[in-house]
This record gives sequence, C-alpha cells and structure tokens, in this order.
Amino acid sequence: MLNNLTIAQAKKLLDQKKLSSSELTKFYLDRIKKLEPKISAFVTITDKEALKQAEKADKLISQGAKKLLLGIPISIKDNFNTKGVQTTASSKVLEGYIPPYDATVVNLLKEEGAVIVGKTNMDAWAHGSSTETSDFGSTKNPWNIKRLPGGSSGGSTASVAADEVVISIGSETAGSIRQPAAWCGVVGLKPTYGRVSRYGVIAMGSSLDSPGPITKTVEESAFVLNILAGQDKFDATTSPKNVEDYTKNLNQKISDLKIGISKRYFDQCEKDVKDSVMQAIKVLEKLGAKIIEIDLFDPQYAIAVYTIIQRAEVSSNLARYDGIRYGNGRDKFGEEAKRRIMLGTYALSAGYYDQYYNKAQKVRTLIINDFKKAFSQVDVIIGPTSPSTALPLGASKGHPMFGEMADVLVEPSSIAGLPGINVPCGLSSENLPIGMQIIGPQFSESLILNVANQFEKNTDFHKASPNI
Amino acid sequence: MSKVTLDIDHVARLANIPLQSNEKSTFSKQLEETLIYVEKLEEVETKNTEPTSQVTNLENVTREDVASPSLTQEEALQNSKSTYNGFILTNAILEEQ
Repeated sequence: MLNNLTIAQAKKLLDQKKLSSSELTKFYLDRIKKLEPKISAFVTITDKEALKQAEKADKLISQGAKKLLLGIPISIKDNFNTKGVQTTASSKVLEGYIPPYDATVVNLLKEEGAVIVGKTNMDAWAHGSSTETSDFGSTKNPWNIKRLPGGSSGGSTASVAADEVVISIGSETAGSIRQPAAWCGVVGLKPTYGRVSRYGVIAMGSSLDSPGPITKTVEESAFVLNILAGQDKFDATTSPKNVEDYTKNLNQKISDLKIGISKRYFDQCEKDVKDSVMQAIKVLEKLGAKIIEIDLFDPQYAIAVYTIIQRAEVSSNLARYDGIRYGNGRDKFGEEAKRRIMLGTYALSAGYYDQYYNKAQKVRTLIINDFKKAFSQVDVIIGPTSPSTALPLGASKGHPMFGEMADVLVEPSSIAGLPGINVPCGLSSENLPIGMQIIGPQFSESLILNVANQFEKNTDFHKASPNI
Repeated sequence: MSKVTLDIDHVARLANIPLQSNEKSTFSKQLEETLIYVEKLEEVETKNTEPTSQVTNLENVTREDVASPSLTQEEALQNSKSTYNGFILTNAILEEQ
C-alpha cells in the first residue's frame, strides 16, 4: 500500500496519523537496502541522520506543525553540499570531504522538514549523461539493470523510479535532469537559469547550472519548485522576479495553446521514440492545442557551442581543487574530468580564445535569438527529450562526446537558459521509458507545468513503474 | 577543415593535470577529435553578432557591505589535511633570494 507514494499521498498518511515519518523512513531505508545491490543509486546512505530527522518530524507533526515536506523521505544528488554529510560529486578528489555548510537548496528542503535518506550517484562532477563516469561505479536503470540510467543525475532519477524515495533533487547543466528522467521514466524539471539558487552546488558550467526537482508526477514537480525557487543573496545570478505559485495553473485548459514542433528534433530519433512523442502531441491536439511546425536552428551547432562553453567553465571551476583547503590532489581526477579540463584550458588559452570561446559565445547569441523568434509564433516547443531510450551499460566508454550526443535535443534550450520538463510518454518495444520535453520561454515554468499536467491527466504513462 | 594540432604537455601544464605517459597519446587524439567536431561553428556567420556570456540580463548585482555570520575558523579548516595555528599550511610558492 505504500508503493509509489506521491508527496500528497504520503502527507495524508502522516497527517491522519496512519503512519509516522519514522515508519515511512524505515520503509524507504528497507527498500534502499534491498534494491541498492542491483541499482547503486546512492553514493552515501544517511540512515542514522534520516531516522533522527524523521523522529524530529514526528514530534513536529504531533504538535500540529505544517511544513511542505514535513517527514517526507527524499534523496539529493551528491553535488549539493550537505552540512556534516560527505559530498563528493562522485569524484575521488572529494572523497572524505565533509561540508561545513548546506547548499541553499538543501537548506530550503530542511526548513520544510524533508528527511534526507542519502546522496545520489552521478557522473563525476556531473560530466556526462550516463552516470558511468562516476568514480564510485555506475548506477543501473531500474527498468533494466543492464541499461544506463542516463545522467548526470542518474542516481536521483533511478532512486525515484525504483521508489527508494518519494522525490529527489538533481541539477542540470544541459540535459542532466531531463535526459535521465526520460531514460528512467520520471518527471524531471529544469527551471529557468537563475530561478533556483546554485549556492553550495559544486559548480560545473556556471552560466548554465540549474538545480531542479525529480518526481513521479507533474503536480509534485510544481509543488517542489515552489520550495526551491527564489532569489538568494548568496547567488547573484538568481532572479529578483517574483516567485509564482507553480501549482496554481496546473489545471488550466490548453485549448488556446500553440505548440511548436521542429522536424529537426525528430530526425535522429529511434522509431519508437519518434512515434511515442508524435502520439503524445496528438493527445495535446485533442485537448484543443494547435500544432505549428517551426524551423529551429540545427541542434548539432548547439552541441559544438555547449562543448566549448561547458569545457571552458569546467576548466575554470575545477581549478580550485588543489587538495590544500579540502579534498584530495589533482591526480585523483578521473579520465572524463581530465579530458574536459584540458579541452577547456586549451580553448581559453592565448591564441585560441577568439577561435573557440568567443566564437561559441557568438553562436550562443544566435541560438537564443532563434528561440525568441520561435516563441513569437508559439507558446511552447515540444519534442523528444533524448533521441534514444536507455543505452546498454558501457555505451559511454571511449566516446569523448557521448554526453553531447545523448543530450543533443536538450542542449539548445539549456544554452538559452530556458526551462524545460520531461514527462514520461510511452514505453518502447523493449519496455524502456520514453520521454517528451516541453520547453517554454524564460520564467514560463507555470505554463510548461500546466501543459505537462494536462498531458499526464489524460494519459496513464506516469503510472507505469519498473518491476524491480 | 583545418588540421588541429595540440601540444598535450603544454595543455596539461596549463591545466595543472598530472598525466601518465601512456595517457598522453589517448588524450591527444580525443581532444583533437573534439576540436575537429567543434570546427562546425565556422560554418555559422557571426560577423555582426555580439557574444553572450550570461542569460539573466542582470548587471552590477551588489549588496550592502555588512558582516553576517559565517563559518568559524574551526569549520573553515576542518577539511584541510595540513593546518598550523589556525592557518592552512602549504609549501612555499616563492623562492628565497
């Protein structure tokens, strides 16, 4: 009866005293214990701390306290600093590092009473789309343990798909929430850059990084964004724009909605992916939305732009890891991190800056303008999240641009700082999840959540869960 | 398409990444492969385009210059492997004359 609880369902059980947070937390810790040998979604399991937090939550519940996540077990990607709990970003450089402070996002979740059961696995430093570049071993996809979960938030999406937690928190630079959400069959929201604070998140591409929720339903995604969104004095790139109540517009009719689709986003997709997403768009059309063909910039250029900008920002961000103030020496960097740091260093080095970095920043402007033009004709853009379903374990090995290829359809919108959400929209002939993404203009989270929720309400794909 | 040449020793030194000699040729090849891929950007006309370095359009974000609670000295040093009298101890970086 506890299977696949949503936040609202879990809260109801807690509020009606049918279950204590301690019991609920034990239920998930038992599942984690049972499932981890198969899927390895976690780097660190914080069972003792979680049970303490749950006890505290129970006390508050008995006193009638109302907090948005009071007593709800969640997981957090291992690139968020958690005070007193090892934080590694899945890299051996940070093995043993115990942060003396909480990331703003972690702080907000704790203030709302969430029970953190552990830190989830990821591609080391979030460099990748497979979770296979983790220095602590790959996470496996709960739908098929011979497949990759995607990445870099693959541990987070696997922990939600396998129902090891109610929800998880991930981060996306370009695809790291949406792509693993698609491969694991869960809802993943990448907010507008600047909507959610990056303070205390181990930096990857600072002009791109966006933390966001990973959930089983769209409603939960909106509910968690309400907690995470807002200006933070510790992150000067957070927006001063007012935070809306993202749950308010979930049930608006979409009969006047104009949806843009770009043929280029379907061209390189597996047939099952293409068919499912086209079917999903038809569902929205039946609800009254108008489908308009648009011509977006070839996403292949976004790959090249992203490759340069991201590697350049990585080389700068990872220069701080010297093993002096914290962490271990630079000899502990894994292969992927070394490759990215060196490429970025080269692209920024004297004599090459204009050719690579400056050129990429100019094409970035063109991609942003291209989306602006598109959004003057349509309200949202819909397409497949990933060109394929989950690939076999080992698929990323020896491919220096594996991540870029798996993320070809999410990179353009990330470069432009736009919000996007993955919603499960089908299963392939091999019983692997397929995801569709809904992209909107900057700060249009309410709208894309509305569209996603209308789709979810009229379909059953979100109810499918892996048999694990 | 131009030929990309990359001096892996020079790049590794700039990046402060220690490399084993057997890694050098693999990385060299892979980095060159990636650089050839990104040459695609040369196909895009950008003569009259300004570069974008950030997407928030926020500028000159400032705050009041007032002190607020921060990490204690103990907390700030808790992860360092080598401390002395409340400081972090490192090797000298300047040579004596």
